[in-house]
Amino acid sequence: MTKNDALARMLTAMADDALIQGHRNSEWTGLGPIMEEDIAFSSMAQDKIGHAWALYRILQEELNGEDPDSFAFLRNEKDYRCCHFVEYPNGEYDFSLMRHFLFDHAEAIRYQQLRESTFAPLRPLAEKLKGEIKYHTLHANAWITQLCRAGDESYARMQSALNICFPLALGIFEPDQEAGTILEAEGIYPGETKLKEMWLDRVYNLCAAAGLNLPAESSVTPEYGGRKGYHTEYLQPLLEEMGAVFRSDPQATW
Amino acid sequence: MPITEKDIYKALEQVMDPEIPVLSVIDLGMITGVRVEEEGVHVKMIPTFSACPAVDYIKQNIRSTLEKELDAKVMVEIDKEATWNSNRMSAEAHEKLKQFGIAPPQVQQGEERAEIELHTACPHCNSENTYLRSPFGSTLCRAIHYCRNCGYVFEHFKPLG
Repeated sequence: MTKNDALARMLTAMADDALIQGHRNSEWTGLGPIMEEDIAFSSMAQDKIGHAWALYRILQEELNGEDPDSFAFLRNEKDYRCCHFVEYPNGEYDFSLMRHFLFDHAEAIRYQQLRESTFAPLRPLAEKLKGEIKYHTLHANAWITQLCRAGDESYARMQSALNICFPLALGIFEPDQEAGTILEAEGIYPGETKLKEMWLDRVYNLCAAAGLNLPAESSVTPEYGGRKGYHTEYLQPLLEEMGAVFRSDPQATW
Repeated sequence: MPITEKDIYKALEQVMDPEIPVLSVIDLGMITGVRVEEEGVHVKMIPTFSACPAVDYIKQNIRSTLEKELDAKVMVEIDKEATWNSNRMSAEAHEKLKQFGIAPPQVQQGEERAEIELHTACPHCNSENTYLRSPFGSTLCRAIHYCRNCGYVFEHFKPLG
């Protein structure tokens, strides 16, 4: 595997995560529990899909990749590299909020590290995205804290959502031995294990402040497979819906 | 007479943001460079938010306004080296935003500060007795706050690092 192959794998995984999570967020448009939350999830959807686009664009311009729209919407399911966590349906608000909390802190840490990447095109983008994601994590933290303090039922639901989300969230950091070794050696990023440690540290402290018990990593089985192209039953129907308009006329200009 | 950089900047002052029509692309700090070449005028710009849906629209506005004002061919490109942050907005821009009813972004010093939660003064009554209702508002660059003093819900141009 060449350095460029490894880079393409990393960028595809990051972009696919952002694209799918963005689409899940957009499914709250019109259905949020209160108007501000409807707007918040819609705004975060817009950000994430924009982030995915920027990453696909780097793939296209720096690594001989395809046109971002075609790449986003015309691939087969097995060619997507998103983690299972983002594929799951929104469920109830507790699940969506907990996923947003765990996922966006992972993104915040990833982009913080990528600001120092030896792969130059990523540095200004990481700087920019890190600033934007700050508002996603600010939003998540505020709601997690409020709901954990709002009464027994809401506290219990947040803890239950955390227990369900945690093994799925570990899938964000699914190791890719072959690409990872190259990317770490080249100084492109510190590697999934290091990112995961930083993330665990950060979410542990935030959970503790909200009174939540973060499950022990050793007590769960991380849900892996997405980075290798093995997906949940939820991805294919989502891809069909996401790409329906684009596939109806891929040559159309807007 | 040849076109100067000054002419270009002056013409750019007429290109307004489609979502905040009181602010020009100069006020917002979106322009990172201009140059005059033989084939025409080059303008480099950066979007405020990476997913800003108005970028193509703004590029088109810059092109059409400048072509009309300067009577020259104009090329607009995104500057990939630079990133926008809210400290790029001018002091005049802060004042115009306030007059428009949107609280201007706090000037940021250093990183990782929750500026948005602190001291966002109400653009209507100047009170700092306000709280953040949601970090997301009607556009990506705005948050929603509530003023306990005058009872207004107001928007805030978010500080962005």
